[in-house]
Amino acid sequence: MIGSDVVIEHVGKSFGAFRALDDVSIGIGKGEFFSLLGPSGCGKTTLLRIIAGFEQPESGAVLLDGVNVLPEPPNTRRVNTVFQNYALFPHLSVFENVAFSLRLAKAPDATVRDRVGHYLRLVELEAHADKKPAQLSGGQKQRVAIARALINEPSVLLLDEPLSALDAKLRQHMLIELDAIHDKIGITFIYVTHDQQEALSVSDRIAVMNGGQVLQVGTPQEIYEAPATDFVAKFIGETNLYEGTIRSVSGQMAELDTAEFGTVYVTDDDPPPAGTRVSWTVRPEKIRIDLERPSSVRGGLNLLSGLVDEPIYSGFQTKFYVRTDQGATLKVIKQHADWSDEGPRIRWKDSVWLSYSAEDAFLVEVKR
Amino acid sequence: MKRSIFSKAVFAGTIVFLFLPLAVLVFYSFNESKSGSWGGFSLRWYLKLFTDSPDLWRAFGNSAIIALGSAAVATAIGTLGAIGVNWYRFRLRSYLRTVTFLPMILPEIIIGVSLLVFFSGLGIRLGLFTVFVAHVSFNLPFVFLLVLARLEEFDFSIIEAARDLGATEAQTLARVILPMIMPGIVSGFLTAVTLSLEDFVITFFVTGPGATTLPLYVYSAIRFGISPVINALSVVMILGTVALTWSMRNFLKYIAAK
Ligand SMILES: Nc1ncnc2c1ncn2[C@@H]1O[C@H](COP(=O)(O)OP(=O)(O)O)[C@@H](O)[C@H]1O
Ligand SMILES: [Mg+2]
Repeated sequence: MIGSDVVIEHVGKSFGAFRALDDVSIGIGKGEFFSLLGPSGCGKTTLLRIIAGFEQPESGAVLLDGVNVLPEPPNTRRVNTVFQNYALFPHLSVFENVAFSLRLAKAPDATVRDRVGHYLRLVELEAHADKKPAQLSGGQKQRVAIARALINEPSVLLLDEPLSALDAKLRQHMLIELDAIHDKIGITFIYVTHDQQEALSVSDRIAVMNGGQVLQVGTPQEIYEAPATDFVAKFIGETNLYEGTIRSVSGQMAELDTAEFGTVYVTDDDPPPAGTRVSWTVRPEKIRIDLERPSSVRGGLNLLSGLVDEPIYSGFQTKFYVRTDQGATLKVIKQHADWSDEGPRIRWKDSVWLSYSAEDAFLVEVKR
Repeated sequence: MKRSIFSKAVFAGTIVFLFLPLAVLVFYSFNESKSGSWGGFSLRWYLKLFTDSPDLWRAFGNSAIIALGSAAVATAIGTLGAIGVNWYRFRLRSYLRTVTFLPMILPEIIIGVSLLVFFSGLGIRLGLFTVFVAHVSFNLPFVFLLVLARLEEFDFSIIEAARDLGATEAQTLARVILPMIMPGIVSGFLTAVTLSLEDFVITFFVTGPGATTLPLYVYSAIRFGISPVINALSVVMILGTVALTWSMRNFLKYIAAK
């Protein structure tokens, strides 16, 4: 199977007065594992349904390998969907569910047996071929839905929150399996999820959406390390997000005046001029927490002291809410690397030193 | 303890109340004598029922034709209507659903009168045809609602899944929707047959010469005193109903298991 590239050009869609998609443009490469990530109601499913052909946008185009597919009905598009709630045919066995599109094409019995067998093996369900969907567990139903969609040999597979109905452990497992299936067959996957962990762990690239708009498209690292907007910074992972005014700029480093922490050093590819109001962020795991004042303080190193407000211990790490001397709160996450680590020994009300490099603090948005 | 005795008593009372009349009926159908007193066991009335009751069998034939025919037509129209209402979004959709309930709520006598006014207004001669049309019209909502209920149990995305996998609208109908709602269609059809077989009031208004159905025949026969032949007929019909219900139950089980 070969994947297609999918280009979404200026797609707009309204339901009555409600703007579900607002001028959405995304380019997805052949064979990419591409995720649409955003909170519930942001338009992910709507976009997926437009690509599948269940919904017509008012404006824009959807190109598969350069050809606009919007005039085509869903049954002729080389795109298949794994539905959020599986949507298996309850009256057909697992085998016949998977065989559905072959039966439509009037494939000979021998071919049907071969191909269905192949895809049932791929999703490890050979033993359940004769069962009805009602007799399967959630994870098994999900795999039937995947096999049924893949047997058509689509060039693009659309997955709408395929794991949301599974429990956490199974979700992890299925995610790894999905990734393995993607590697094996190499077609384009467009994966819809509201779970940033899921998106970060399997995607080649991610489009973060909110309110019907695409806010940022990038690799998981780009999205996490260099969020384009406040929303992306807050939505992906945990973060500390504050505002400040640029006092001076030297190269890629900027010095900010902030109400909460006094002077803060941050980096940006191209910092705006002095006097600009901006938002800035630093991820909790990038902040060092020490009981003693760190001995070496380099230039551009942000150093603060404060009191531990609330330590949340979870075995491999502890999350601290630290109230700084200026009265603001910073989230800090400390991994417990080895036994000598002092993380577990930092307690509530301890006074601590926080430090982070200017290279780990970023400008996010220019405010007005 | 007391409660359980009480509830057992209620249960027994209900059973007696429900089935004693039937038992009496069965009892008298085997009675040699024509009067209320026991004259010895005999199959005389059964013999008369099967060999010497031409009017009764003509009425039975009319009822059978009307019941099966009107149920079939009502099932076809009702099923397609339910699928249409479920599948397509259009103006007046919810209005249509509400209006369909009306014939189920309206007293039969009003339906009967209005159909009579309707037919005579159009100058249609009363007879088997008008009875047939009347039965189709009062059966329709039952089929419609039974099938619609079945359709609404399923996620609409199943239909989209079929389309997604390459099925045309017609293929989706034949391979997914119809098999899935078959139990609803079957029970709709059976309900329609039953309602049609036993209908008296509406039929009474719209019937004409030569279109006597079984309930009408029984009613007119009983006006001249209860004939034991009717008892025998009732027993035959009870057995028939039990057999039909039993085979339908098995059929539905078979569909569900397939
Ligand atoms: N058929 C529809 N009619 C009206 N509103 C709709 C319809 N489909 C989706 N919406 C609205 O569009 C918005 C986006 O929906 P959706 O694409 O399903 O979001 P997501 O999948 O990101 O949770 C939601 O506010 C939803 O209520
Ligand atoms: Mg959704």
